Amino acid sequence: MKPTDSTSDADTGQPTVVSDGPEDTFSFETSGSTVEVTWSDRLQDFYEEFIYKPGLVAWDDRRTRIGAVIMFVYLLMGIPGAWFYPAPSTNQVKRGLGPFETLDAPLGSTGSGEDVLGMVIHATPEMLIMVVSGGIFATSVAVLIGTVAGYKGGAVDRALTSFSDVAMSIPGLPLVMVLAVVFRPRDPVLIGVLLTINYWAGLGRSIRSQVLTLREESYVEAARTMGVSTPRILLKDVIPNLMPFVLVNFANAARYVVFASVGLYYLGVLPSSVDNWGIQLENAYSQEGALVGGDALYQLIAPMIAIMGIALGLILLAQGLDRVFNPRVRTRLAGESEATAENEDRETNTEVNI
Amino acid sequence: MRMNSYYLKRTVRAVLTVWIVITITFGMIRLLPGGPLEQLRGKLLRQGVSPSRVNAMIESYQNVQPNQSILEQYYEYMTALLTGDLGQSFLQKEPVTAIIGDALPWTVFVMVMSTLLIFVIAIGWGALMAYWEGSTFDLVSSSASILFAAVPFYVLGIVLIIVFGYQLELLPTGHRLSPTVEPGLSLLFVLDAIDHAILPITSMVLTGAGLQVLAMRGNAIQVLGSDFVRVARLRGLSDRRISVRYVARNAILPMYTGFLTLIGFNLGGSIILEEVFSYPGIGYYMFQALEARDYPLMMGIFLIITVALVMAVYIADLTYGLIDPRVKSGDSREAY
Repeated sequence: MKPTDSTSDADTGQPTVVSDGPEDTFSFETSGSTVEVTWSDRLQDFYEEFIYKPGLVAWDDRRTRIGAVIMFVYLLMGIPGAWFYPAPSTNQVKRGLGPFETLDAPLGSTGSGEDVLGMVIHATPEMLIMVVSGGIFATSVAVLIGTVAGYKGGAVDRALTSFSDVAMSIPGLPLVMVLAVVFRPRDPVLIGVLLTINYWAGLGRSIRSQVLTLREESYVEAARTMGVSTPRILLKDVIPNLMPFVLVNFANAARYVVFASVGLYYLGVLPSSVDNWGIQLENAYSQEGALVGGDALYQLIAPMIAIMGIALGLILLAQGLDRVFNPRVRTRLAGESEATAENEDRETNTEVNI
Repeated sequence: MRMNSYYLKRTVRAVLTVWIVITITFGMIRLLPGGPLEQLRGKLLRQGVSPSRVNAMIESYQNVQPNQSILEQYYEYMTALLTGDLGQSFLQKEPVTAIIGDALPWTVFVMVMSTLLIFVIAIGWGALMAYWEGSTFDLVSSSASILFAAVPFYVLGIVLIIVFGYQLELLPTGHRLSPTVEPGLSLLFVLDAIDHAILPITSMVLTGAGLQVLAMRGNAIQVLGSDFVRVARLRGLSDRRISVRYVARNAILPMYTGFLTLIGFNLGGSIILEEVFSYPGIGYYMFQALEARDYPLMMGIFLIITVALVMAVYIADLTYGLIDPRVKSGDSREAY
């Protein structure tokens, strides 16, 4: 069976229409058919098209599953963990404990008697806030500028593209460092935004080029001929189709925020008023003699694992979500049983391998 | 003719971008609070140096005369930049251009080498993975790529320093040369320079290659599945010809722009890398300048990195048409 055939009668029950993703079904509603559509129907449809089906496809991928589990662990660490686990303070346990010696400090303690595990856990909430605010800032600015530039074209496009070109030409990390020195930001939300201050530019460019092809689609053209306003077309017809791509890049931006923030905390560019894995690394590296003796190595390893774990989770999510891009995989999985889906997967693989 | 006007437009845009960044830099210097110059001014005034002489000294540090109007200051700043004068470093007591001239080659050496290696590995490895897609080799390599991409380069750098520098004592833990080695055209110098650059380059390459390998794999798989490759097979062309002339070419093309921009991007990352390895390149000096609030040096390096980034994207855009003749440049038409 060719994969293309399988999309018919998959989930819509309309054998004549070969549905290839959310485009068909969604443009039907926005074009305002004579049948009255209630809000709950719309919500239901939205859930089906943009949450349930992509979620199913994403979940089918092993990478997404592992990534989601890893991120869930960080959420647990960040919210209930930081709530219940005692905050690190000097001399809370015996100084210089090794890992796995007592239950008071499962991962050992620093030279000033701070619980290493406590430090790792209490750095998580700020990190999560930074990651989310940075990711939201970068992706929303990119979507706004990319869609408007790509859809409007002409002078608006030229102006916005030049603007993002300039933003892209400014080296991100040095700019962030200069700004961090000037503003000394303490609020994690602000730090997240600051770190992605020009990260959106490259993303905006690729969104623009996708919109350039999307705006030629027939359903967009139909909406336009019917006189639907530009913001509405962008919001209803264009942006929903970019969502998978945006999600993937949200995860990428989040990883960038993790790397950049830990790096800047490590260098001491950001004010060390909060717990951060970077500060922990720096302390262990410079003060605890992790270099020379090797006794304090565990103090380095704990924050390193924390950093790599969250980055790994985000990469796996991004890689797995990438598949949601493929509308063929999406409808197939949402409509059919797992077994046939897997068969077809193999089929496409061999097709590629010829 | 059309191409010529595109080159012209692109050149104008690159120059314009640099000019805007210089203007922003100028604005940032004006906005930056206090700093060592203010401290220095206070100190000198307390020592009884005449205010006009203090102003003259400050001016030589910053290219800015405090009693001028902002437009005059801007004009002076721009003309100074155009004559290649980036001001005087407050910290090093040297012209900023001299410091950059000394440090830049080292940073460029490390970053260009790392980026080149990243792409050689990405193209070779990614192509093999695509060719044997679905095999154990593919699975293991994909997993390893993702794992390495999850490591920030500075974390790997710290690990490498500890393992190879302090524990095994195989490689130097920092600095660009051994104290006894003099720069010059000698084998000893070259070997020593490479010896000191191995760890920084390794930490950049191992952590940076992962995602590029996966990108190349994706490209190659896509090309392998395209019709013209199938036709080439039907025509009975040799495997070698297909893989080099048909698949490799088309899979590498999309990575070309990424390669040049990554060099520029990595220059920015050199601040963290060189600080971790105490490798005195421009990133190292930029961090020192940040710490000491040495604004002329800080902004000078900032400008240099920006110009490098602009140039990288500019070259990528101009030469892409030569590499891929299918690309026709043109404005996006006015619509809707």
